[in-house]
Amino acid sequence: MLNPISVAFIKAKQENRPALLTYTVAGDSSKKQSLNILKSISKNADILELGMPHNTPVADGNQIQTSAYRAIKNGIKVNDIFKIVKDFKKFDKNKPVILMGYYNMIFQYGENKFLNKCKLSGVNGLIVVDLPWPENKNFAKKCKKKSIYFIQLLSPTTTKIRLKKIIKDSHPMSYFISMLSTTGGKLKVSPKEIIKNYIKIKKINPKKKVVIGFGITEKTIGKLKSADGLVVGSAICKEISKSLKHRQNPVTNVSKLVKKLKYKIA
Amino acid sequence: MKLKKGIPVIDQGNKLGFWGGKFGGNFVPETLKKPIEDLEVLFNKLKKDKKFIQERDKYFKNWIGVPTRFIKLENLTKHVGGAQIWSKVVSDANGGAHKVYNATIHCLLAKHSGKKVICGDTGAGYAGKMLSMAAKKFGLKCKIFMGAKDIARQQPNVKAMKKNGAEVVPVYSGSQTLVDAVSECMRFWVANCDTTAMCVGSTVGPAVFVRICGWSTSQISRELKVQLIDEFGSIPKKLKLYNCVGGGSSSFGFWNEFMDYDKKRCEFIGVEAGGPAKSKKHAAPLTYGSKIGILHGAAQYVNQNSDGQIEETESISAGLDYPGISPLHCFLKDTKRARYTAASDEQALNAYKLVTKFEKLRPSLEPSHAFAVAISESKKFSKDTIVVVNSCGDAYKDRGILEKRLGKKYVKSN
Repeated sequence: MLNPISVAFIKAKQENRPALLTYTVAGDSSKKQSLNILKSISKNADILELGMPHNTPVADGNQIQTSAYRAIKNGIKVNDIFKIVKDFKKFDKNKPVILMGYYNMIFQYGENKFLNKCKLSGVNGLIVVDLPWPENKNFAKKCKKKSIYFIQLLSPTTTKIRLKKIIKDSHPMSYFISMLSTTGGKLKVSPKEIIKNYIKIKKINPKKKVVIGFGITEKTIGKLKSADGLVVGSAICKEISKSLKHRQNPVTNVSKLVKKLKYKIA
Repeated sequence: MKLKKGIPVIDQGNKLGFWGGKFGGNFVPETLKKPIEDLEVLFNKLKKDKKFIQERDKYFKNWIGVPTRFIKLENLTKHVGGAQIWSKVVSDANGGAHKVYNATIHCLLAKHSGKKVICGDTGAGYAGKMLSMAAKKFGLKCKIFMGAKDIARQQPNVKAMKKNGAEVVPVYSGSQTLVDAVSECMRFWVANCDTTAMCVGSTVGPAVFVRICGWSTSQISRELKVQLIDEFGSIPKKLKLYNCVGGGSSSFGFWNEFMDYDKKRCEFIGVEAGGPAKSKKHAAPLTYGSKIGILHGAAQYVNQNSDGQIEETESISAGLDYPGISPLHCFLKDTKRARYTAASDEQALNAYKLVTKFEKLRPSLEPSHAFAVAISESKKFSKDTIVVVNSCGDAYKDRGILEKRLGKKYVKSN
């Protein structure tokens, strides 16, 4: 059976648009709320990334940090994250879910046990921010055995030789970091420049899907439409924070935002 | 796991930067892979370059003011009544602590790589103060990340940084101490690595930073070796080197040149921060058996919960208040080359009282931890045992805390 992540890309391509990937933090603002958010955005998002909140994130900007601290404060544990995925999959079993996080959480849980749990709860892909290539070779192999995509990250600083090596080892989806930034930074390079870099990566192996993330908002998403997929994370986390601040329902607000994002790339 | 002889410990890591196959490494976001690799290439080249060594020695001598003193603490020795207690007064160094060595080397590296800005983290404020000093000396713009809690408790150093023209960025996330400052500094580097050099303030972080820092602070033991031979004619038969351990930069530098000696002849004792006597929180991952985890790009023993969240630490000493520990020390612990123990806040304060009562020496709260253990163990040692404590920082920065905990009479300058 084809990984639902690949199915999502095929479907988006048929509709002549990039796949829309959302990122929310598991347990933000509560376990229940975060599940409800997933359910409410699943009709407009193609792939759902779910962050595993960590308290010393070295690549996340303010918005995602705030969400992560909030989730940890509300008592989220790794097992709760799996439970959220499992419950979500009961609701929409074909919607692909990717877990994204830092390696220490996987390391402490135990790589094999973690992957078994991923399989059981229906996780389709993994992004591990601080486990770069080639350090991730073994873990990526283990993922492959479980038919879980290990998603390689690529950055504007990745050299050409390195790009080739990573793409060669990569699974069907990779993630291109648009610019030198933590998550949620202001887009400091033009969308044109980003697409230029993206095309360079695509040329190495056009069959492999590459999504672009970091700094993508409602304002910028329309200009990056030619990519295979686009990730919006911080803008959503910000919406949750804003909703909580104004005592509004984050589920409704996030759902509205994702609908708008989808409209922009349709 | 084995320590090799004849090879510097900083160079004993494997291809991926792991010491003993499991400590250290490079758990970093993809964006940092290239700048880290560039730094590695530059450092590996320069540390073999005679001209660069000359340059280093010139600045160490003329600007830092090496060698720092090696003195006998006669009165304290008499009072304790056991081993001879000596001190390597590293706080003599320009700026008042060992952090100046690493800061200087990082600024030199930044100059060689053509970077115009340097960023760094700081806990007690010494790493930041020295980096701001060195940056000023070498004409670099400087940005220092410091936890908001540390800014409040280490004001003299904050003032010094600002005076040197550095921008001090308060970090409000998490526990608002060193751990968060390092995270924030790494995040800043992720976003600005094309124009900015990063200085990690201790022997922690991705492998190359561990190596650069260890290489820089090794100046301490290079001097001590000469000073010991000058004083005793040879390396003493019973030598014990006490040093506080937070990230582990001063202790590693204090021990490095003695690595190949048998530990029965030259023992290393690392003293971690045990925190307040009544608190369960501490900053002593080696003493209290913390599990291996990943923190700031490296695998190490680290205080964490079963989910892999890093735990908050507590210590009177901002410089030791760090949940992890250098991979080098994990390696020295597991190869049994060094012994690690902890001193509580109260024991450190008492040691400070005792040292300042008997000697014209004002160790900061960090080395006061080392003095606490050195003093209590020295009682049991024979008179021909040479105990050396690295007094790696000056208490000037701690006067607020000392006044609060011990009263005004302990903060007057001498």
